[in-house]
Amino acid sequence: MSVVARLDNVSLRYGEKVVLQNCSLDVAEGSITCIIGLSGAGKSTILRLLNGLRKPNEGHVYVKGTDICHMSERALIDFRSQIGFAFQFAALFDSMTIGENVALPLREHTSLSEEEIEKIARTTLESVGLENTFTNFPSELSGGMIKRAGFARAVVTSPDIILFDEPTTGLDPIITHLLTDTIKRLRAKLNATAVVISHDLQSIYMMADYIAMLFEGAIIAYGTVQEVRKSSNPIVQQFLQGSEVGPIPL
Amino acid sequence: MKMLEDFGAGTLRFFEYAGGLVDLGSETARYIFRLRIRLTETVNQMYLLGYSSTVIVLLTSLFTGMVISLEAAGQAATYGFAAIVGGAVAWSSVRELGPMLSGVVVAGRVAAAIAAELGSMVVTEQIEALQSLGLAPSRFLVVPRLIALMIMLPLLTVFADVVSVLGGMWIAYTYARISNETFMASVRQSIGFEDVLKGLFKALIFGIIIAIVGSYQGLQTRGGAAGVGKSTTSAVVISIILIFVSNFILSYVLFRS
Repeated sequence: MSVVARLDNVSLRYGEKVVLQNCSLDVAEGSITCIIGLSGAGKSTILRLLNGLRKPNEGHVYVKGTDICHMSERALIDFRSQIGFAFQFAALFDSMTIGENVALPLREHTSLSEEEIEKIARTTLESVGLENTFTNFPSELSGGMIKRAGFARAVVTSPDIILFDEPTTGLDPIITHLLTDTIKRLRAKLNATAVVISHDLQSIYMMADYIAMLFEGAIIAYGTVQEVRKSSNPIVQQFLQGSEVGPIPL
Repeated sequence: MKMLEDFGAGTLRFFEYAGGLVDLGSETARYIFRLRIRLTETVNQMYLLGYSSTVIVLLTSLFTGMVISLEAAGQAATYGFAAIVGGAVAWSSVRELGPMLSGVVVAGRVAAAIAAELGSMVVTEQIEALQSLGLAPSRFLVVPRLIALMIMLPLLTVFADVVSVLGGMWIAYTYARISNETFMASVRQSIGFEDVLKGLFKALIFGIIIAIVGSYQGLQTRGGAAGVGKSTTSAVVISIILIFVSNFILSYVLFRS
């Protein structure tokens, strides 16, 4: 297994609150790695560590062989443009149309002509099933469409790594299925590596190559879907079964 | 002991805040000097932040000029110094009240708007989205607002000065029968082009204060809608205080002679 990103004994605190404690995780190249865990466990923080939006108090974060913890803010700005990030609520810029949102990374980071940019933006929107929304504003779209527009913006520059933060939260089963399928297709099309934060176990079983479970600041289980589902760890089993009874303090 | 601790913590917060403003200001200035400017957005901001403040700035200045004239003209009628009423109005408007009132009025309207907009972008993860796209919020958001205010606030101040003097002239005539010629002669005698330029320089500094404080407060927003409210209030309060403080310093430095 070739590793494209690695958290190495990372600890992170927000004031007194310990979010991650000696947390280590390898992200296999070309895979979909899903991170599961309780709400507020620090899963989204892991995504932000992977694209340098947060820096750990201790430990190292390696992405494509480079320790990004010691990068300057200016270097990080360039680095982040190589990683796609689909936010939980899409975080589209509401003063821009969907087309402008998707075209923005191309306008800012490439020297392509306006015609080429528009063509790529339209093709990318088409790939997530939003071909007719180019001139719409985010406020005119449904929740599922906004998420897909967020996906389109994240992948428009064809990044090697795509981070998805709770892509299916709060959506109906049909849209959830559609988005899960979209993530799989985008990853395959770009031959990229995807890291997905999700609580939706059905969706995870559908798309994940690897699952990592985060609990009390550390990864306590890691493996293929089958390996994690068969884990003998009672915490993992309680989480997967959604049971109130077990070692997880409620 | 507790008092000392509070004082220490307060001092620390003050320097942290001041450092944050300087950091944001210098980062933004670097982008401006390297001409990394989004022109269309800058023009939009000139309209939103500057042009849309025109009515409130003009009204404030008009009535300020009128009230100065009312007070001065009343005394003039009694003691016979009608010849200096125009000068009194122009002197106070061009050197002090024009730039400062424009600054305060625009701070109330615009610093709040900037902080609220950027604060909302923080809580809806749009700022993180910008960073994750490899875009610096200071270049993308602060530069257009800063340039817009650096251009528009001096421009508004010019209009404010003119309206204030015209309002003063009208009141001087209707209240104390001071002719427009006498009034304008007094204006010309008491202020020069240099005074106007110095007043506009003040407005430029106030524009920078409003843009940087509003943006900094917005970008520092934490804690959802309540956080946006706090940032908005702080942006207005802090920028107005800084306008008053810097107005004193600028007046001392520029007009001492």
